[in-house]
Amino acid sequence: MQGWWWRDPYFMRFMRREATAPFVAAYAAILLAGLASLALGESEYNEWLEALKSPLSIAFHCLLVAIFAYHTVTWFAIMPKTMPPVYLGGKRVAGALITGAGIAAAALSSILIWILVSRGAP
Amino acid sequence: MPEPSRPITIEVLRYQPGSAPEPYLQSWTIAFTDDMSVLQALQHIKDHLDGTLTFRWSCRMAICGSCGMMIGGRPKLGCQTFLRDLYPGPVRVEAMSHFPIERDLVVDSGDFMAKLQRIEPWIVPREPRALAQGEYLQTPAQLERYEHFSHCINCMLCYAACPQYGLDPTFLGPGISALLTRYNFDSRDAATARRMEVASSEEGVWSCTAVGYCSVVCPKQVDPANAVNLNKTASAVDWFARFLPGRGK
Repeated sequence: MQGWWWRDPYFMRFMRREATAPFVAAYAAILLAGLASLALGESEYNEWLEALKSPLSIAFHCLLVAIFAYHTVTWFAIMPKTMPPVYLGGKRVAGALITGAGIAAAALSSILIWILVSRGAP
Repeated sequence: MPEPSRPITIEVLRYQPGSAPEPYLQSWTIAFTDDMSVLQALQHIKDHLDGTLTFRWSCRMAICGSCGMMIGGRPKLGCQTFLRDLYPGPVRVEAMSHFPIERDLVVDSGDFMAKLQRIEPWIVPREPRALAQGEYLQTPAQLERYEHFSHCINCMLCYAACPQYGLDPTFLGPGISALLTRYNFDSRDAATARRMEVASSEEGVWSCTAVGYCSVVCPKQVDPANAVNLNKTASAVDWFARFLPGRGK
């Protein structure tokens, strides 16, 4: 079974999806660090904000955006497999519609947050 | 007018314990017509070229689930896979992955059968009922909850597709999880608690890593990956339910 994921393109896609998970965890750690610095005081929070503006941080965030987009799409792609059947008007909702609705909701909420943050930025 | 035929090479991974200690590849080139399946190619080889070639088959119409094999490295039913789609070949045929091979394309399905027994794959009635009381009634909505899980033909292709089963054969696996769900979701059945003990055990549904290939290879659209995940939810609900008043152990 060694190297089993090389056997089929389907397994390769699965491993790519799984490989995005540590990046999601890394971003959660970044946000947690921000929350912790906020609890410590204003200067610590401002230091965290300054650290985010470094070129290395911006490059890492650009990478994260691409990885998060892939993670989101693949997460919603498998979503119909993880939930009980959904019925609308007596008819079963197709898996593709659930996936599409999830991706659309993620895209819309991202755009909404982008607009809110842009307007609120000094 | 007879259909035009084309040549194609069939490579079979053979294992003949007794005469050859190691598996080896053997090839035959045969003429095929567009309506010929891989199973028919194997039957042609057995009837005309090499009578020792061993494989299982019965219905030839994707109902019995006997002719599961790896075709081009993917788990498929031999009767449902057509040579015209694999032309110009060669077509590599091997025994199903993750199972011990008995001979050529015949695998030992003992592990699957033992697991099948464990989930009590039959309806356990809620209360004894005399014949005179009539049949157990069920609404179309109640039938729809489990019907597609009941289409499983025990072909075991999902086990050949599941890397988790390959890595850890104690894993209950996709097909048995689908059958477990078929009975647990049946309104006439009352053995859910016993089957959930199997689903929630160490080797139960939590060993699944959600690769999802089982549902892709299923020839009957049973969607075993969905069954496994529904049981993860049910198992988690069971676990948290113990904290409810009157439900604690």
